[in-house]
Amino acid sequence: MIALSDYLILSSIVFCIGLAGIFINRTNIIMLLMCVELILAAVNTNFIAFSYYGGDLAGQIFVFFILTVAAAEVAIGLAILTLMFRSRGSIDIDVTNTLKG
Amino acid sequence: MMNFNFNVAELIFALPELFLLFAISLILLFDLFVSQRLKQFTYYLTQLALLITGFLAFNLIGENATIFSGTFVLDSLGSTFKVFILGFAIIALVYTRHYLKAHDLLRNEYFILAMMSILGMMVMVSGHSLLTLYLGLEIMSLSLYALIATARDRASAIEAALKYFVLGAIASGLLLYGMSMIYGISGSLDIAQISSFASASTLGSQQTLILNFGLVFLVIGIAFKLGAVPFHMWVPDVYQGSPTSVTMFLSTVPKIAAIALLIRLLIDGLGDLQHYWADLFMILAVLSIAIGSLVALTQTNIKRMLAYSTISHIGFVLLGFVTGVVDGYGAAVFYVLAYILMSLAAFGSIIVLNRKGFEADQISDFQGLSKHSPWFALIMLVVMLSMAGVPPFIGFYSKLFILQQVVAQGYVILAIAAVIFAVISAYYYLQIIKTMYFDDVDKEILVSAPLDMKVVLSINGILILVVGLMPSFWMELSVSLF
Repeated sequence: MIALSDYLILSSIVFCIGLAGIFINRTNIIMLLMCVELILAAVNTNFIAFSYYGGDLAGQIFVFFILTVAAAEVAIGLAILTLMFRSRGSIDIDVTNTLKG
Repeated sequence: MMNFNFNVAELIFALPELFLLFAISLILLFDLFVSQRLKQFTYYLTQLALLITGFLAFNLIGENATIFSGTFVLDSLGSTFKVFILGFAIIALVYTRHYLKAHDLLRNEYFILAMMSILGMMVMVSGHSLLTLYLGLEIMSLSLYALIATARDRASAIEAALKYFVLGAIASGLLLYGMSMIYGISGSLDIAQISSFASASTLGSQQTLILNFGLVFLVIGIAFKLGAVPFHMWVPDVYQGSPTSVTMFLSTVPKIAAIALLIRLLIDGLGDLQHYWADLFMILAVLSIAIGSLVALTQTNIKRMLAYSTISHIGFVLLGFVTGVVDGYGAAVFYVLAYILMSLAAFGSIIVLNRKGFEADQISDFQGLSKHSPWFALIMLVVMLSMAGVPPFIGFYSKLFILQQVVAQGYVILAIAAVIFAVISAYYYLQIIKTMYFDDVDKEILVSAPLDMKVVLSINGILILVVGLMPSFWMELSVSLF
């Protein structure tokens, strides 16, 4: 029997990988999008686990919405990426330095 | 278990949102099918739709209802915030049109996206469940990412859009993680049930621990959205890189929605943990005021300078929430509204200098403005003095009310620090006044803005003075919202 805490530990590990990936990754913007997806996947795991063990369906409904929003988010992210490639000819993070900081 | 009751009569309480959604769809279709000559009417239809929505929201002030199985709440706070969001958005769109025309960016999708993000803000303001709050936040943010990227030929705008997108996604992720923890421990998405769970005296130490764990993530997510230090790194870059009209939009109306999110989650939902989140806010507030005031001193780009100024204003707003009393919350709301009024006029004054082929975004672009256009120089003077906190303008009273409440709750050291940094920040506001009035250059400044923009900007400038003459009325209004 898998306990609730196992799911929570799994999701927190996935969450940390996603967050660390965003801050450590210095090469590719698509990797950033993947890390964002990891964070959302961790949240989804959390919601489903809590929903199942708590006997409340609302959490699983929330997950449907998160999935939809994540799809929309990635669509916009990829659109921005395309624009970026058109204006600079590269999608490396290193070239995104016209603005200081 | 959630209880799914649906009553058609409930729809009346969501009328402003429903109307706006309907109007967005219609205007989108209108824009798609009419000839090129009629496309300019999209802008007027947008303004009309926002005006009617504002009127509908105004009519609902005073009604109290919780509808759609408790996911949507209508109270005086929500309705008042909606009226202000729509009012400020209408002013912002008047300025926007001049900017877009001057730089050949005028595409009608811009107005559709702006309306969509306003719809998101209205949902957020009325959200009474974690789900509605999250969905409102995402409708708002996704539209804003696209709004920045509408200037698709500018490399800096694309970069700003990308930065805003990545940081916004992290913020949503953190907020969601916090929400999942709160949901897990309280077993409900409903704000009222979370509140009654958090206030129960039978909470064990482990339950309190998990609640606090989720709370920290919520606070970080909100701080990201507000742009409070140390989660501010996106603010200057995004403000500088975006087209000025989008910068103006970003720095104004979404702040009301972010404050509403804060009030719904932390005060309505987790108000019993106030002493926990107040400590976090204290750190955020002092750091924001300090970094915002100090780093702005060295900026030459006025949009970047205003970005740091925003950060320091947000610090003051958070101070109001540290106090933990209704008067303090009211002062914070008053501060946000006053800040938005000033910020609109400041960005309006930048936009009014833009003309075909000339992008005004440096402080030096204001050189000699007082000679060529004394009236707009005077408006900018009023805005800058107000932001610096000089009486009798609105910016002075908003700071005063916050500091009064902070001192009344015994945080004297916080108040002293805030005042010292406010005095330091006066330097860069006065610097702009010096540039306008005392720097001599032969440069020709043409103010070629259309009449509607000039009139609205003048009214906006005068409001800063007029509201400053009767601050107690607005302060009482803000306090009465809680």
